[in-house]
Amino acid sequence: MKLQKNTSLALYSVLEFAADPTRHFPATEIAAKYGVSAHHLAKVLAALARAGILESVRGVGGGYRLVCNLRRLTLIDVIQIFEDPGLPDGERGDSGESTPVGRALGVVLSEIDQMTKATLASITLATMLRLMARQQKAGQDRVSRRRPRHASGRNP
Amino acid sequence: MREAVPPTPARPRQEKPPPRRSPVRQAPEVVAVRPARRGDLDRVIAIDAAVTGLPKRSYWLSIYRRYSGAGRVGRYFLVADSGGEVRGFIIGDVRDWEFGSPPCGWVFAIDVEPRFRVAGIGTRLLTAICANFRRAGVFKVRTILAHDNTLILSFFRSQGMMAAPFIPLEMDLEV
Ligand SMILES: CC(C)(COP(=O)(O)OP(=O)(O)OC[C@H]1O[C@@H](n2cnc3c(N)ncnc32)[C@H](O)[C@@H]1OP(=O)(O)O)[C@@H](O)C(=O)NCCC(=O)NCCS
Repeated sequence: MKLQKNTSLALYSVLEFAADPTRHFPATEIAAKYGVSAHHLAKVLAALARAGILESVRGVGGGYRLVCNLRRLTLIDVIQIFEDPGLPDGERGDSGESTPVGRALGVVLSEIDQMTKATLASITLATMLRLMARQQKAGQDRVSRRRPRHASGRNP
Repeated sequence: MREAVPPTPARPRQEKPPPRRSPVRQAPEVVAVRPARRGDLDRVIAIDAAVTGLPKRSYWLSIYRRYSGAGRVGRYFLVADSGGEVRGFIIGDVRDWEFGSPPCGWVFAIDVEPRFRVAGIGTRLLTAICANFRRAGVFKVRTILAHDNTLILSFFRSQGMMAAPFIPLEMDLEV
């Protein structure tokens, strides 16, 4: 599955905020990290604020902060603000979809859509943070396994 | 040869995660996870019936006979007990070489009484059965879930489960 650019940016941003929910930070910080213009990101963050996921913070150092429950907000909740992951049956919009081939293809494609939706609807921001932590730990473990023992300086 | 895999208890009604509001959460009970006893069956049947809408006494009796008691190597039927009251249960086993896959732990049922959910009991049950799997020498745990049961999918995802390299398939047989 390929997400549209704004959807990916929204997920990156929400997870940046979720990683430190007490902190509020300006759009420029996330824009720089993900290599997009602050102007572009501002539109995405405004959409997230309208959906009640972020709240804008006024005053010095302004920006946004997370106001949703990160143990209940799922990936699909964020994605659906920007796009529909998978179309309902028979709405692919191509001219062949009412033919026998088109109908059979529709059945197979909707199987895939169902799995996609079930996956996205069951992964909360909290679950994503745990997945990130596990990946980070696995990466560190790999590095420490590769590092020669004498590199610690303690072994001769 | 390992005996035939018992079917998953009747397909649960689709459950949307309820809002997170649990009085138990604020005052967690002391819950011990222990092997099921014959006297726990009425509560197990009632908890299952609350989820599936079907009291399946003979099914549960046969599960109990196959999964409880001494000498049931690689089979686990555990309950969460709070002051003598069963709040939930989990059942699983070690399965060898199914479809060429090395031995792994299978969880084929988990249920927590609705009033006592979101208080860590499901996590305790899964942790306990995983400890049994480890002791039995397996280091992979699997389960299979209805894709429209978001609640149970969210639970297993929160515990770190990821998609397995299998695709469940089915077909209707002609009558
Ligand atoms: C799934 C189930 C076992 C979870 O039990 P539980 O005791 O409520 O689980 P826990 O309190 O340990 O929750 C652990 C995590 O699961 C997830 N979770 C649990 N309930 C959730 C809900 N309502 N919404 C979203 N996520 C939820 C959360 O990530 C939670 O962690 P958190 O409390 O830090 O947010 C329980 O809800 C249940 O019995 N459901 C019915 C199961 C069923 O359909 N069984 C039949 C087929 S076998």
